[in-house]
Amino acid sequence: MKVLVAVKRVVDYNVKVRVKADNTGVDLANVKMSMNPFCEIGVEEAIRLKEKGIATEVVVVSIGPNAAQEQLRTALALGADRAILVETNDELRSLAVTKLLKAVVDQEQPQLIMLGKQAIDSDNNQTGQMLGALTGYAQGTFASKVEVAGDKVNVTREIDGGLQTVALNLPAIVTTDLRLNEPRYASLPNIMKAKKKPLEIITPDSLGVSTASTVTTLKVEAPATRSAGIKVKSVAELVEKLKNEAKVI
Amino acid sequence: MAILVIAEHTNVALGAATLNTVSAAKAIGGDIHVLVAGAGSAAVAEAAAKIDGVSKVLSADNAAFAHQLPENVAPLIAEVGKGYTHILASATTNGKNIMPRVAALLDVDQISEIIAVESADTFKRPIYAGNAIATVQSNAAIKVITVRGTGFDAAAAEGGSAAVEAVTVGSDAGISAFVSEELAKSDRPELTAAKIVVSGGRGMQNGENFAMLNRIADKLGAAVGASRAAVDAGFVPNDMQVGQTGKIVAPELYIAVGISGAIQHLAGMKDSKVIVAINKDEDAPIFQVADYGLVADLFDAIPELEAAL
Ligand SMILES: Cc1cc2nc3c(=O)[nH]c(=O)nc-3n(C[C@H](O)[C@H](O)[C@H](O)COP(=O)(O)OP(=O)(O)OC[C@H]3O[C@@H](n4cnc5c(N)ncnc54)[C@H](O)[C@@H]3O)c2cc1C
Ligand SMILES: Nc1ncnc2c1ncn2[C@@H]1O[C@H](COP(=O)(O)O)[C@@H](O)[C@H]1O
Repeated sequence: MKVLVAVKRVVDYNVKVRVKADNTGVDLANVKMSMNPFCEIGVEEAIRLKEKGIATEVVVVSIGPNAAQEQLRTALALGADRAILVETNDELRSLAVTKLLKAVVDQEQPQLIMLGKQAIDSDNNQTGQMLGALTGYAQGTFASKVEVAGDKVNVTREIDGGLQTVALNLPAIVTTDLRLNEPRYASLPNIMKAKKKPLEIITPDSLGVSTASTVTTLKVEAPATRSAGIKVKSVAELVEKLKNEAKVI
Repeated sequence: MAILVIAEHTNVALGAATLNTVSAAKAIGGDIHVLVAGAGSAAVAEAAAKIDGVSKVLSADNAAFAHQLPENVAPLIAEVGKGYTHILASATTNGKNIMPRVAALLDVDQISEIIAVESADTFKRPIYAGNAIATVQSNAAIKVITVRGTGFDAAAAEGGSAAVEAVTVGSDAGISAFVSEELAKSDRPELTAAKIVVSGGRGMQNGENFAMLNRIADKLGAAVGASRAAVDAGFVPNDMQVGQTGKIVAPELYIAVGISGAIQHLAGMKDSKVIVAINKDEDAPIFQVADYGLVADLFDAIPELEAAL
């Protein structure tokens, strides 16, 4: 079966972003960019399915600027077979991204589609679920375990109360949570090999998809800052402060 | 203007998060209706009818909605929601699972995890792990929104007397099935609703040591949370994770024990009223947001704290 994994280029999770002085967004100039960590988990899971002989081909797709080729090459170095970049410099909302992904799904006809549960820049947590609506496929979000069995996939999901397992008909959509796996690192020989793997670049226009949105960002501000308080010297002092100063216990 | 609020519930009890979402609806302004999609969920519909400010409850009681499978519930919400200007749900794992699917069925963008209502079409939401707050405006005919509970006070659970109407739309899409559930059992308050939260991190070393935090939590009537590192290491279950990609809490008092204070963790707790950090590393970033910091070995400090309470 073919597995499609959507990967997003985002600011690296170690970077503490700053809001631009003109409040139009965050400053991404000279900031380290990486593959969204949840997408890395998606790539890893797809590769493991291939290693188990369940997946026959792993295709990765990204929607973003030309530089997103870097993240696609990383996915290829990790073991994906082929990559597609839908190139655009626009900052797209999840619905537009989903429509582009749907067009790619129509062309590729994967049996399993993996996405991250959340992009750590927009913190949207929407795309997998939206793709479920547009394809009519079932969705297993926030997955901590994925088991393909015949024409179904069992997905264990991390939910507020604990864990829930659902059985989905294939083709299906899975979004990854942190505990699904621990992604591997790419080895140097594999990074070299990845340079020769196919990477196709297409445009939203060629897919016939309009990327217009109903939402506009009016401004982006820094959050209220919290200043450090005091250091207490002992547990006794801490308890005294909590009782008499903060009055919270 | 009429607003549809999707009830968070367990089929037998209304989830507390619904009350915060009703407050967000009040801030938008307009008639507020609550949709209860469940199975054998009459008691939830009755509870929803009592929420202050709710003028109608729609009860969709159908076996297909028993486990909140989005393949079954999203088409219902999209259908019922067509007559509304806004559809709101709590940003619980359930709301997050279902609402984007609803939005895409209605061909509109979804606005995730709002923390403030500026006007009927303009909202504030955190992005980049809360390191920036975006103000976004929507011109969609139907605004599909999830609401972060910590941004809004709970509406009064009593005081309303809305009529309950049955909704008969709904069927099993036949593409997904519930298999099983492993729910954490605890007598402690729910993490996102607790007035006090005691959280442990990698510094706790193992799951057994969390018993120390449990004892403190029991003395304080607190919930127990954790960092990602503690969950990943298997000390405690996933439902205890506080942070950007876990639960968002804003209690009166948050006590972080053996937690370094990575931005992803801070994203989930930095709106707490009072923050206490206990960490043996005086340079740990958690101290930059703590009102009271105690530089100490937790294995000395926690037993002492227990004795002092
Ligand atoms: C995509 C992504 C999503 C993430 N989401 C989340 C999230 O939602 N929530 C979250 O918490 N993290 C999240 N993280 C992880 C985050 O980046 C940190 O790795 C994590 O929060 C660290 O947990 P910790 O503070 O327990 O561990 P560490 O950073 O290892 O800190 C342990 C602390 O314990 C202290 N300590 C050790 N022993 C003792 C002792 N005996 N007494 C006192 N202090 C002691 C140490 O000084 C240290 O400060 C995410 C990361 C990524 C990449
Ligand atoms: N521009 C993009 N290109 C490829 N995949 C994306 C893009 N945006 C979102 N996704 C996928 O959708 C997931 C969730 O993103 P979001 O819904 O934006 O939080 C990501 O982890 C990706 O798998």
